[in-house]
Amino acid sequence: MYLNANNISFSYRKNKPILKNISISIPDNKVIGLMGDSGSGKSTLCKVISGYLNNYTGTITIDNELIDKTGYCPAQLIFQHPEKTMNPKWKMHKVLSESWNPPQELKDTFGLKEGWMNRWPSELSGGELQRFSILRALNPNTKFIIADEISTMLDTVTQVQIWDSLIDYCKKNKIGILAVSHDKELLEVIADNIVLFNDINKL
Amino acid sequence: MSKVSFLNPLNSMNLRQKTLLLIVIIVLVLITIFISSYSIDTTNMVTNFALRNQAPSFEHLFGTDWLGRDMFSRTIKGLGLSIMIGAIASILSSFVAMIMAFISSINKYGDLVMSWLIDFFSSIPHLLLLIMISLCLGKGAWGVIIGVAFTHWTSLARVLRVEIKEINTSEFVNLARKLGKGNLWVAKEHILPLVVTQIVVGTLLIFPHAIMHEASITFLGFGLSPHEPAIGIILSESMKYLTMGDWWLAFFPGAALLVVVLLFDILGEEIEKLLDPTKAQK
Repeated sequence: MYLNANNISFSYRKNKPILKNISISIPDNKVIGLMGDSGSGKSTLCKVISGYLNNYTGTITIDNELIDKTGYCPAQLIFQHPEKTMNPKWKMHKVLSESWNPPQELKDTFGLKEGWMNRWPSELSGGELQRFSILRALNPNTKFIIADEISTMLDTVTQVQIWDSLIDYCKKNKIGILAVSHDKELLEVIADNIVLFNDINKL
Repeated sequence: MSKVSFLNPLNSMNLRQKTLLLIVIIVLVLITIFISSYSIDTTNMVTNFALRNQAPSFEHLFGTDWLGRDMFSRTIKGLGLSIMIGAIASILSSFVAMIMAFISSINKYGDLVMSWLIDFFSSIPHLLLLIMISLCLGKGAWGVIIGVAFTHWTSLARVLRVEIKEINTSEFVNLARKLGKGNLWVAKEHILPLVVTQIVVGTLLIFPHAIMHEASITFLGFGLSPHEPAIGIILSESMKYLTMGDWWLAFFPGAALLVVVLLFDILGEEIEKLLDPTKAQK
């Protein structure tokens, strides 16, 4: 199974495109690394692929079928800042169950402690919240994970641990990963292929 | 060395406990006024010329009027009526505000029309519009209630509109939609619980306005009918007797009205502190 993005163009303002004719293909058994400078449009591409931005030109298909814009999106985006992606008045167990109820052993592999379930998002650190948002995205309906700088706020040891469990789970369940980062060393370790992304306005 | 006084338990309480205590006291006072206005002995409210124009005494705390009626009983009756009218008017008003905010959240045309309506209604002086609505509905309690309800929804509607817009464009709502959740689910689970604070506080803060406007248009003769024991009626009737030196006729009912209005105002602010702790830090 492949996620294909063909000739994607997108601009926030008229006549100032941020993405121009980008094509990328993600297989379901690989980790594709995406690297680029700040402001080059990495995050915009992630949002376009996972359906957060709609007025782009080009096509995004999974197995040659266009992605349905309503309903569960098979390409799930994991954001850089997890605290913004959680309702501040929801406890963590509700945040998680908005997507699905993962089995206990999966919670353990991602290091979710039982005591965190009854806390508010404001009572957990960014790294702890990020584990929740990764696990939330691993719903059985997910076919591709778009990871937009998901490990920038974690220390190196936790980074390795989280990426290991994520890649392990995705390889087993045939979920493709697009890993976005500007950390070259991290991508060299985790990614099977690395794509370089350049700012089109500089070309 | 710490000072020992009878206020010591008050000093050892935290802000949340103090706020709760204040809320409980205010609610009790208001409930007492409301209930006593219906259970109060009305025998001293009948005309009795032997007791006319008496200054305040222990027998008649607020004095008596030109017909010998006890002013204390009349004031309590009037306050009860004011609270009831205020309650119905402010609840109706926040319903209007909720409907308007809901329409403005549907799409951008709804939003455009609603913003225009909000601006339009808040540009007309409250009292003028209130008098017009009340007159059209034939004065009386319903005239006042509908008048207040249809003039006081604008500020709450504006707050709700912005609040809903902010939540609707937040990342957690966008993410909920990508998890396949529909509009109804988002409204019920995400938006409603987050705007409930604004609705409760907004309703309570309309209360003092409703009571004041009820009294003022009744005073002007566009509100409740003269045979009802409303504060506005008491005040406008006592105008004629003020020059005779019967100061108690206007002073006590007016002061009592002011106290009730202030109590509602404080109640709204304290509940806001309780529901939205970030405001309490300011």
